[in-house]
Amino acid sequence: MSDPLATLRKALHLMVGMPDYADYVRHMQAHHPDRPVMDRRAFFRDRQQARYGGRNGGRCC
Amino acid sequence: MALVATGSLAVVALSRGETISALWILVAAVCSFLVAYRFYARFIARKVMRLDAGRATPAVYRADGLDYVATDKRVLFGHHFAAIAGAGPLVGPVLAVQMGYLPGTLWIIVGVVLAGAVQDFMVLFISMRREGRSLGELVRMEMGQAAGVIALFGAFLIMIIILAVLALIVVKALAASPWGLFTVAATVPLALAMGGYTRWIRPGRIGEVSVLGLIGLIAALVCGQWVAQSPFWGPLFTLTPIQLCWILIGYGAVASVLPVWLLLAPRDYLSTFLKIGAIAALAVGIVIMAPALRMPSVTAFAADGGPVWAGSLFPFLFITIACGAVSGFHALIASGTTPKLIATEADAPMIGYGAMLMEAFVAIMALIGASILDPGIYFAMNSPAAVIGTEPHQVAQAVTAMGYPLSADTLVQTARDLGEHTVISRAGGAPTLAVAMAEIFSHVVGGPAMKAFWYHFAILFEALFILTAVDAGTRAGRFMLQDLIAIAAPRFGKNEGVVPGLVATGLCVAAWGFFLHQGVSDPLGGVNTLWPVFGIANQMLAAIALMLGTVVLFRMKRDRYVWVTALPAAWLLLCTGTAGWLKLFAADPKVGFLAHAARFEAAADRGQVLAPAKSLSEMRQVILNDRIDAALVAVFLAVVLALLAFSLRSVLAARRSAVPTACEVIGETVAAA
Repeated sequence: MSDPLATLRKALHLMVGMPDYADYVRHMQAHHPDRPVMDRRAFFRDRQQARYGGRNGGRCC
Repeated sequence: MALVATGSLAVVALSRGETISALWILVAAVCSFLVAYRFYARFIARKVMRLDAGRATPAVYRADGLDYVATDKRVLFGHHFAAIAGAGPLVGPVLAVQMGYLPGTLWIIVGVVLAGAVQDFMVLFISMRREGRSLGELVRMEMGQAAGVIALFGAFLIMIIILAVLALIVVKALAASPWGLFTVAATVPLALAMGGYTRWIRPGRIGEVSVLGLIGLIAALVCGQWVAQSPFWGPLFTLTPIQLCWILIGYGAVASVLPVWLLLAPRDYLSTFLKIGAIAALAVGIVIMAPALRMPSVTAFAADGGPVWAGSLFPFLFITIACGAVSGFHALIASGTTPKLIATEADAPMIGYGAMLMEAFVAIMALIGASILDPGIYFAMNSPAAVIGTEPHQVAQAVTAMGYPLSADTLVQTARDLGEHTVISRAGGAPTLAVAMAEIFSHVVGGPAMKAFWYHFAILFEALFILTAVDAGTRAGRFMLQDLIAIAAPRFGKNEGVVPGLVATGLCVAAWGFFLHQGVSDPLGGVNTLWPVFGIANQMLAAIALMLGTVVLFRMKRDRYVWVTALPAAWLLLCTGTAGWLKLFAADPKVGFLAHAARFEAAADRGQVLAPAKSLSEMRQVILNDRIDAALVAVFLAVVLALLAFSLRSVLAARRSAVPTACEVIGETVAAA
């Protein structure tokens, strides 16, 4: 997180609702090693649907 | 810092009769914001909320790597700012400049520091301590079931009005503008191509596809000029407002049922990055150009309203500038994704309070943009045709008579420089801001020859994110409506059902489409009618959020500090209450909906047709529109009064209790296991 370019990249991605994939994988490995981990493509689709298809669609005026 | 702020404000306030540089306003605003952030935000965090950096946030105790993720505060700041900053802070200040730059500047600075940023921060705090729940649920938890339903209903109505107003702004900007319409239309196939790219060719490569999309946008902008000049394609892309209105309604209906990856997501990438880029470029441009303010600090219209919008400074200035000073809609964002991503409570002031200050900064830039234009051009662009006419010499005469000298040649030349047929009666704020941005950008890059390009770039940037909001808002509105209907008919709430979804979407589009059509066919320009309704609605939601904050503070037994939310809540109730009352019952037909309807009805009974209506059936339409608008305002008033009653009840109950009664959720950290 100390790398400013990496921070910028993460910020730009999160602006359009895409959390960091590596962070997700790290979380799954640390806390749920028994559960299946989505691959990058599935993760991307899941997050896209969560941002736009669900109840978080509100953006400001 | 405080001294610089006071000094700059003094220069802004005291300069009379000479033009001053826009930088003074910018410096005054930035210094005031820094002082407020350093002292007031910290005071709220430490004394009022007693934030605890050691307490687990939902992102920690419910961490799932997806919705709940502890996020670096700089990254989260970007996320939150991108979600709150939209077209609102760009439009309101432009309209408010009719009173001069001073009233708007002061309201933005004071409003954001004491009300707007407090509201965002408070809602974020409340939601963060309750598993990141949404505003409707928070109201229900703290004030009861009925209050929650009423708040949800109010939020849905506001959504409808916002969508109608945003769509109206797009119509006003693109009507009779083939260059603008072509570039905006080109974003649809462009987004579809990007959607396919991220779906099948390179899934998840957002950065890559956005760069490709940006190249496509610039190509569309360049081609747009050629299209506009082509004798065949030019007329094909020159549409009337009514045609555009129907196209937008159709677009909204189709776009909001398409799969999200196909159109909505890729266009959101483009519009978000373009928005952030354009805002940053505007800031840099203003600092480099250091333009002089040409609008007077206070105009003759400050007392009783003018051609752009009707009504006196109090209360109407305070609802005209909603977003930027205080925006109720942010309560929905601050209780949306952000509280689920915040890593520690110590980050809350920067996200909640800081991001709103940033939005106020955007509003200040929009206000500066409108103030550096020739005032004559400003009034020619923003006054309705019913007031100033449509022919350049007629308009020049009318605007000169207002006290702002303008020649017909200047009007024609301005339009030609921008690559447009006309700039007359381009109300809605977006075109005015685009002219200002063209002025600033062409000063920095490209000179006068690039003005037309920059103008259409600015229009594209505004239209793009408004269309994204229309699409996303229709989807969000559909879910709100389904939730509401499900309260009466539980079967309707099932998300998976195709029919309820389509019905709710259809109802949503029909609702905002109705107000859009009304606005477009309104001879007074629509913005005149709809913007105050939107402002009232948005500020009422803010009042509701601040009342929630007040209730929570009482329930936490922090009675000493409730003034932090109670005072701005009272001010907003006063402004919106007065404005709502005037919109309903003012005797002046320019202000009051019912007086306007009565005047038209009396004429219709005599068989007389009043301008701007052209026939008796149009007269009846005007009367019906007035009554619907009046009913809407009455409903807003009823919603806010009901919530005021619920708040008072909860406050009294909290006062009687000897112990705190706030329903905070204390998380048990799963990760600790």
